[in-house]
Amino acid sequence: MSSSVKSKKAEWLTTLPSLVWLLLFFAVPALIVLAFTFHAHTPNGGVGEWSLSTWRDLVDPDYPAIVWKTIRISFEVTFWCILLSLPCAYAIARLPKRWRALVAGAIMMPFWTSFVVRVFAWKTLLHPDGWLQACYLTWLRVSEWVFDWLPSFLQKFFVFIGFASQDRVDPMLSTVLDSEAAVILVSVYTFLPFAIMPMYTAAEKFDFSLLEAARDLGAKNFYAFRKIFIPGIRQGIISAVLMVFIPTIGSYVIPQMLGGTECILIGNKIFMRAMQNRNIPHASALATLMAISVLLPLGCAMWWKKRQELRDRKRLDVRTAQLMTGGAE
Amino acid sequence: MNDDFLVFDHVTKRFGAMTAVDDVSLTIKKGEFFSLLGPSGCGKTTLLRMLGGFEKPDSGRIYLEGKDITDLPPNQRRVHTVFQNYALFPTMTIWDNIAFSLKLAKRSKEEIEEKVDEILEMIQMSEHAWKYPNQLSGGQKQRVAIARALVDRPQVLLLDEPLAALDLKLRQHMLIELDTIHDQVGITFMYVTHDQGEAMSLSDRIAVINRGKIEQLDGPAKIYEAPASRFVASFIGDTNFFSGEISSVDGDYCTIQTDGFPVIKAYNDKNLAVEQRVDLSVRPEKIRVTLEPPPPEKGAGINVFPAKVQDIVYQGVYTKYWIKAGDLRIAALKPHSRFLLDQETITWNDDVFVWWHPDDGYMVEVK
Repeated sequence: MSSSVKSKKAEWLTTLPSLVWLLLFFAVPALIVLAFTFHAHTPNGGVGEWSLSTWRDLVDPDYPAIVWKTIRISFEVTFWCILLSLPCAYAIARLPKRWRALVAGAIMMPFWTSFVVRVFAWKTLLHPDGWLQACYLTWLRVSEWVFDWLPSFLQKFFVFIGFASQDRVDPMLSTVLDSEAAVILVSVYTFLPFAIMPMYTAAEKFDFSLLEAARDLGAKNFYAFRKIFIPGIRQGIISAVLMVFIPTIGSYVIPQMLGGTECILIGNKIFMRAMQNRNIPHASALATLMAISVLLPLGCAMWWKKRQELRDRKRLDVRTAQLMTGGAE
Repeated sequence: MNDDFLVFDHVTKRFGAMTAVDDVSLTIKKGEFFSLLGPSGCGKTTLLRMLGGFEKPDSGRIYLEGKDITDLPPNQRRVHTVFQNYALFPTMTIWDNIAFSLKLAKRSKEEIEEKVDEILEMIQMSEHAWKYPNQLSGGQKQRVAIARALVDRPQVLLLDEPLAALDLKLRQHMLIELDTIHDQVGITFMYVTHDQGEAMSLSDRIAVINRGKIEQLDGPAKIYEAPASRFVASFIGDTNFFSGEISSVDGDYCTIQTDGFPVIKAYNDKNLAVEQRVDLSVRPEKIRVTLEPPPPEKGAGINVFPAKVQDIVYQGVYTKYWIKAGDLRIAALKPHSRFLLDQETITWNDDVFVWWHPDDGYMVEVK
């Protein structure tokens, strides 16, 4: 018994530093930000009296659209990152061992260059005279064509969520620089390593003989990949999603430099309110709003999943009981 | 019975400079329990993987029920494998694991439920249907792996060292269970192992493989009693070898002039001629060790040699004696039974007599 007390104590002691760290540099600042939202701002950029005026000022008709756009773009970036990193993670994990570390190192290589410098480089790549501009125009044509081909209820849905627009773009006026596409492209480029790494770590632990077993039992390659490999690295995919989604939600450098006026995200708004308008309480309120609009659906989804699991287990128990009595007969 | 059920026709497989399977031809009967037995790296697993479709032979063809399956991918062969590490899908329940092949074969929902429930009952795992593989013990995983491979009634079931990861007691238990399952389903089993005990107790026929070639293909008793080569004799069980040359032939028997040992009488069932070089294999359990020479009525016409005890190894079921006779060290086994109490106990450095009947030696020609 004393040893278990001791190990409890040791566990507590080892977690203590990280706990203090989280408390000091995460929980306390978050609470300060929350507290700021219940203050008015002062004309010279300070934080004023306790007041609800900041929340009242937040009723800006632009904000819901920007919040939604930020979430939608983050979803799109996450989707592309996961789609691209799945085959990457699979391929790296299947390499001979000494090659794996080399390739994984190569994937992390871009981080040796400053992030801002890399975004500037993209500005050149996306220049209206460049080949990416031509690609962009083709992409627009194709997506317009696909859009026209879709049934009208889907068209309406895509327009409603802001994924597509009814207006035809003028090829002379639409540039890939300062567009939503540029923001998504460069965000995918930036966050792809963060998606590949956790997935690769999970894939490295994956037992590839399971795919052989699936093939042996009659599965085609892709079916085995879908039904065995993807569920097998589920934990890696979940952390990859978080690693991409969360920074994209808060990103402001990429939209600032490559999104022009077409793609202003909540991060840019927060930046503007804090640095240009010197309205710290307003910026804090926007940040809080963003956090709530992400955490609320996430919390609901987790609660729903837990309930679902409990229900499934109950159902399985009933089925097992049936099997058992069936076996006894 | 279909004798040409499964045919390997001059199959060769190389990995770089190494020839894993060297021009192997063999024929397996329908419903047979067939074992590939050999040391690790002998090519037995490669043979199995070629049958499963995971490796392609460099030359030669494989036929299953008259159909050439050499180039078919694994998912188009009705040949299922029980893997050494079981390879159960960890994200699926036992039930879903077993239903996997049936779902892929697009069976109806009712049929899937019926078949899975039936096989779960056969392996006595019904109450574990909704568990996940990591909640099962080794033996249970093993049974699920077999059920998963069998539920779709494959043409051949491949078993790749399926018992290697289990402890001794469980292994013995699973041996009996495997035998029962084979009797119940009547499917052809192809069993790969390096454990001669497993192969002996389960198989209808065994192919002993060494360096990519089949050394001998026979029933278990034949392989033990009449090994085709020195390798087979030494790989299957313990044996003592006496190398020498046939010096005279007398009817069914002959004498062998051995190197470093006196002349030995042996049964000459292969009608070998004088001056043929042979290896004589005599199993330890066929050799008797006594302090006195055998009585004349028993001793006539048998091999009797004086010797000295060097080591005694107590092994529970029997005691193993290492005996120096001539220049050779001979192993002999002696069971512990009351009927042997009339004899005095033998200890280290005792001068003893070793004796065996000429019929108990088996000659292998040296080329």
